[in-house]
Amino acid sequence: MAEAHPVGFQWVVEAKRRGARIVHIDPRFTRTSALAHEFMSVRAGTDIALLGGLINYVLTHERDFRDYVTAYTNAGAILREEFADTEDLDGLFSGFDPDTGSYDVASWAYENVPDVSPAVGKERWVEPTNRGPSVGGRRDDEAATVEQFGSGGATVGGKPKVDPTLQHPRCVYQVLKRHFARYTPAAVAEICGVDIEQFLDVARAITENSGRERTTAWVYSVGWTQHTVGAQNIRSASILQLLLGNIGRPGGGILALRGHASIQGSTDVPTLFNLLPGYLPMPDAHRHPDIDSYVRADEGRIGFWGNIRAYAVSLLKAYWGDHATAANDFRYDHLPRLTGDHGTYQTVRDQLAGRGKGYFLAGENPAVGSANGKLQRLGMANLEWLVVRDMRLIESATFWKDGPEIDTGELDTERIGTEVFFLPAASHAEKDGTFTNTQRLLQWHEKAVEPPEEARSDLWFYYHLGRIIREKLADSTDPRDLPVQELTWSYPTEGPHAEPSAQAVLAEMSGFGPDGPLSGYPQLRADGSTSSGCWIYCGVYADGHNQAANRQPYSEQSWVAPGWAWAWPDNRRILYNRASADPQGRPWSERKRYLWWDEEQRRWAGPDRPDFEAEKPPDFQPEPNATAQDGLAGDEPFIMQADGKGWLFAPAGLLDGPLPTHYEPVESPVPNSLYGQQENPIFRPYQHAGNRYHPIDSDVYPYVFTTYRLTEHHTAGGMSRMLPYLSELQPEFFCEVSPALARERGLRHLGWATIVSARSAIEARVMVTDRIRPLRVRGRVVHQVGLPYHWGTNGLSIGDAANDLLPIALEPNVDIQESKAATCDIRPGRRPRGRALPELVRTYRRRAGIERSDS
Amino acid sequence: MRRWLNKWPLFRQLTGSDRLGLGSAVQSGRSRQMRARTENAEKVAKSICPYCAVGCGQRIFVSNGTITQIEGDSDSPISRGRLCPKGSASKQLVTSPTRERWVRYRRPYATDWEYLPLDTAMDMIADRVIETRERTWQKTDEAGAPVQRTEGIASLGGAALDNEENYLMKKLYTALGAVQIENQARI
Repeated sequence: MAEAHPVGFQWVVEAKRRGARIVHIDPRFTRTSALAHEFMSVRAGTDIALLGGLINYVLTHERDFRDYVTAYTNAGAILREEFADTEDLDGLFSGFDPDTGSYDVASWAYENVPDVSPAVGKERWVEPTNRGPSVGGRRDDEAATVEQFGSGGATVGGKPKVDPTLQHPRCVYQVLKRHFARYTPAAVAEICGVDIEQFLDVARAITENSGRERTTAWVYSVGWTQHTVGAQNIRSASILQLLLGNIGRPGGGILALRGHASIQGSTDVPTLFNLLPGYLPMPDAHRHPDIDSYVRADEGRIGFWGNIRAYAVSLLKAYWGDHATAANDFRYDHLPRLTGDHGTYQTVRDQLAGRGKGYFLAGENPAVGSANGKLQRLGMANLEWLVVRDMRLIESATFWKDGPEIDTGELDTERIGTEVFFLPAASHAEKDGTFTNTQRLLQWHEKAVEPPEEARSDLWFYYHLGRIIREKLADSTDPRDLPVQELTWSYPTEGPHAEPSAQAVLAEMSGFGPDGPLSGYPQLRADGSTSSGCWIYCGVYADGHNQAANRQPYSEQSWVAPGWAWAWPDNRRILYNRASADPQGRPWSERKRYLWWDEEQRRWAGPDRPDFEAEKPPDFQPEPNATAQDGLAGDEPFIMQADGKGWLFAPAGLLDGPLPTHYEPVESPVPNSLYGQQENPIFRPYQHAGNRYHPIDSDVYPYVFTTYRLTEHHTAGGMSRMLPYLSELQPEFFCEVSPALARERGLRHLGWATIVSARSAIEARVMVTDRIRPLRVRGRVVHQVGLPYHWGTNGLSIGDAANDLLPIALEPNVDIQESKAATCDIRPGRRPRGRALPELVRTYRRRAGIERSDS
Repeated sequence: MRRWLNKWPLFRQLTGSDRLGLGSAVQSGRSRQMRARTENAEKVAKSICPYCAVGCGQRIFVSNGTITQIEGDSDSPISRGRLCPKGSASKQLVTSPTRERWVRYRRPYATDWEYLPLDTAMDMIADRVIETRERTWQKTDEAGAPVQRTEGIASLGGAALDNEENYLMKKLYTALGAVQIENQARI
């Protein structure tokens, strides 16, 4: 955190000054470790084992916050008799179908509650990968992803039968105990390479610092998400924090540190294939032929997601305005349909196969920033046309001229048919707009000056591109063009470049009703009387005022600072904050007072907006058949869930299991210590000759490597490697290795090393440092290599791209790539040039037995 | 004598009110005359740092239509005026000569860039979109279900895009039937 989010880290230092204990868990020692009380070095890709060990500690010693757990979680919910755990099936849950490599999730549901979660897409058996018998069959690229469930998650058919004593053998609490029983301190030490005493010390620290009087926060970044078990890593932390009563309370939570100015916004107002704004799913061609089927699984369920029709209709009204009427399903048929995976790695697959023709890159540099950079570049070299919008000439704009494959002879400039448009982009200082930061805060940034020469904002580009296309299609009678012709696309423009008004776009996202701007999402209606381009942002333009531009100085308001910018939803700063009070509405303790029921005012009071209906009393009991928010009792804080509870056990919503289970990364130096099942049984492999996976425990690729950021650079480097200051501060690509590994492989400090995987070989300066420690795993030493991934061939500070080493191996729920744990070899000296480079990589593959004759 | 001694910064530091030597004690005649370039700014825009997602407040100082300084916003409850090395370098992000200011165009199979006016480029891109969309249009999938889309056009955006930009992108692409619309947020 101190490295990649230094200014955010000031609050950790502040907490430390006030007596908080700081523990840092990471494969490498960083500036964060230097300021922490404790640094625990772990093997990359073993987080579930570690967190599972902590969960087991809490359960074994009964250190859970029992009043919170029984009131606010599904600990007492009774599960079905058919459910079988990984304890029973050696690392698999019930419902696994080896023929399709997927789960039938029906047995994971609550007992006596109908299983209503929609079926996932049609799946097909695929050939096992090149690696051999340990790798099972898996789903191909036709599968649906969990994000299609939208922000309410998968639905459950109602509230479960509950044993409040938590003694029933099939209640969640007991299942949890059994599931995590084998995550003992000794097992954690063996898998993660940590010291038992240190682990126990950390376990004691977090349990002693949780409960009525105290809370513990977990902070994570892509070190948890970029794994084939990414979603389950976060689930592990959710279980731990719910058991300890650390959700919805001040000083608690699981805090994602996101790495880009508006990456949260890019998810909320998604440029993601499977989502529409506000986490509404994109319609599926087979499951959602009309709007009724689109909302069927969720409409009328308990919790706020039960209002999905109002959110969807308001979006369609924002898109197609007066053309969207009840009689035509609000132009639902104007939405294109999905039939499986259309994600970014699928895009590359299509490009390689010649199906992808045109490609827009808007401030993104996949040639350096995505896993297996070579496939990214080969894909782009196979396009008809490419539009790159950036402030600088990034590698993705120049691969046809000077990319690594030109040097190796794998590509020839004069044989690359891709037509490339490079359009210079405006900077943040040259445009109005909002970024949504990592804590869901929409912050407006004002334009200071006009962009230079032909540089323009992306708002300008997309508005005018749409305008030109609409003009060209204005006279078309083809029904295909109707969604374009009917699109609401008249934004006021201003200034010398006819810049569209960002404020007008923000107002559209916020939404309008018959009486003007809406003040919040509870006002949205399903009858077409309201519009809102992103229901969770509804209210950011309340009273016709840009709330994101609010700038009350922090020194002039409460510590919660509600007068600075605007948080979605409804300017609430801590989600699920109803849980900061006990079921009767009293703070759990004076020390952790945040929200409470004010009996006199008959409403919830506190320094934040309640993430709950403001006037629903703690003793409210819903009518038997009540739906949406009316179905939630006054003591059910998890208002998006159909049972109002925090889920220790996920009865629906995940494809790879209702509980997190330790699986090894796809490329691992060791077999799985806990189960016969080696890796996530349904991870999504990427079959391509250029994407071979390494054997497990391979002496050809014996070392673990992980990638990360440096303070002085930013992601794929387009905003940092091109700047003199930052290039001077951190001038060269390097790898971090321990003194022991340096001795083992003859690596010299400040000398060169070549790092080899089955995908590529790269060179880096060697940094021999104690910051990377050799770990003892399953009785032997495992070395890790650390690689910052910022470099590429362009800019002021140049170097090889670490991501070129990575395979594409995807997490099954959200399709994120496993880029934080893989294996490699490292050897002294620079890498070969020209054709000798792919030859070296092939030689390694042959030695490892993964080279096929067809490649 | 005292006047002579007072010319000596260390003496002033030890005897005056500026014991840390951060202000008047260390000023010379020349530095007393110097003014911060932010002092005469004709405009201070309130902005947000474009790098990571902490969302530190920035103040952008403008004189004569150009940016003279970008520094932390001390009002922000998030950053309290601080910026990290990247945030502190953001003036260079905006003003450094490494920045591209003109459209570049590479013809198929060409070995180098050429120039293209922005309006021409916009028109050509619009034509490419319309033509590719028409050629790759899918009315139904293999099973006959309506899909009304194209898989011939894809997009990958960075996560320093404004919400308003993402909104127009998704809206336009969706109306065009382009579904392979992705963002750094997946990666």
